[in-house]
Amino acid sequence: MLVIKCPFCGERDQTEFTCHGEAHIARPENPDELTDEQWGDYIFFRQNIKGYQYERWSHDHGCGRWFNALRNSVTDQFVDTYKIGEEKPAIPSDEGK
Amino acid sequence: MVETAIKKVSPLDGLAGPVGGNVKLTSNGFVGKVIIRGDSDNKDFVMAVKDVTGVEIPTTALTFNEGETYSIYWMGPDEWMIMTPEDGEVALETALREKLGETPSQVVNVSDYYASMRLSGPAAREVLKKGSPLDLHPSKFKAGNCTGTRFAHATIFMVQRDEEPTYDINVRISFAEYLWNYFVEASREFG
Repeated sequence: MLVIKCPFCGERDQTEFTCHGEAHIARPENPDELTDEQWGDYIFFRQNIKGYQYERWSHDHGCGRWFNALRNSVTDQFVDTYKIGEEKPAIPSDEGK
Repeated sequence: MVETAIKKVSPLDGLAGPVGGNVKLTSNGFVGKVIIRGDSDNKDFVMAVKDVTGVEIPTTALTFNEGETYSIYWMGPDEWMIMTPEDGEVALETALREKLGETPSQVVNVSDYYASMRLSGPAAREVLKKGSPLDLHPSKFKAGNCTGTRFAHATIFMVQRDEEPTYDINVRISFAEYLWNYFVEASREFG
């Protein structure tokens, strides 16, 4: 069981949340000028990082708000969660572990 | 002329309550519920709601403010639920819309969307613990708190009224019977 910190409600059980994949994907400024391949990359292709990655989450059964999280996809460790629009936290260095 | 009076029906009508005395479960009837959304940093919005309801919008997460007629519950950083006495919801909705005018906001009457029930008694917390992942210890969730959360398979909006403890639980009407019966079943061992 994971405990996830909603930036609005505080620490809650994971079953109240849904993960929505990679965060900070910027919509292309000029969609008209993109090739089909570039558009396809934007729509469908994600990094799927093994290790620390920035993700979008929503607190569906709580306040219903979306937020971002920095999570380690291997250990499931949540480094931090932060509101949409806030600066993303730095990826921790694993040296010395 | 044909009689056209509408008879209100609650999904909790006719359901049997807990048997013992340590858990009480009652329907809150047809209490009115209005959802309001807006920016709590916008003074026009905050003042308009205060003028109409006489109650300050709670800006602290997981809290609520009660007035004589209305009470306002924090549901999210820009979303609140206002509860009204039975049949007060339409008047409130109209008054809010009128007062808010062009102020960016949204007012929706959700009275028929949620059923409301009250779970109380010395063992009420133990009953809730059986289906809720929430930390219900009084140091974490106490009288004066409200939150959206889960109970078993139902998404609920829960309010703790006092330290007895008394909880008001709002649930989508299609889940109301399920939740009620779950509470009754969960109450059995406490007598």
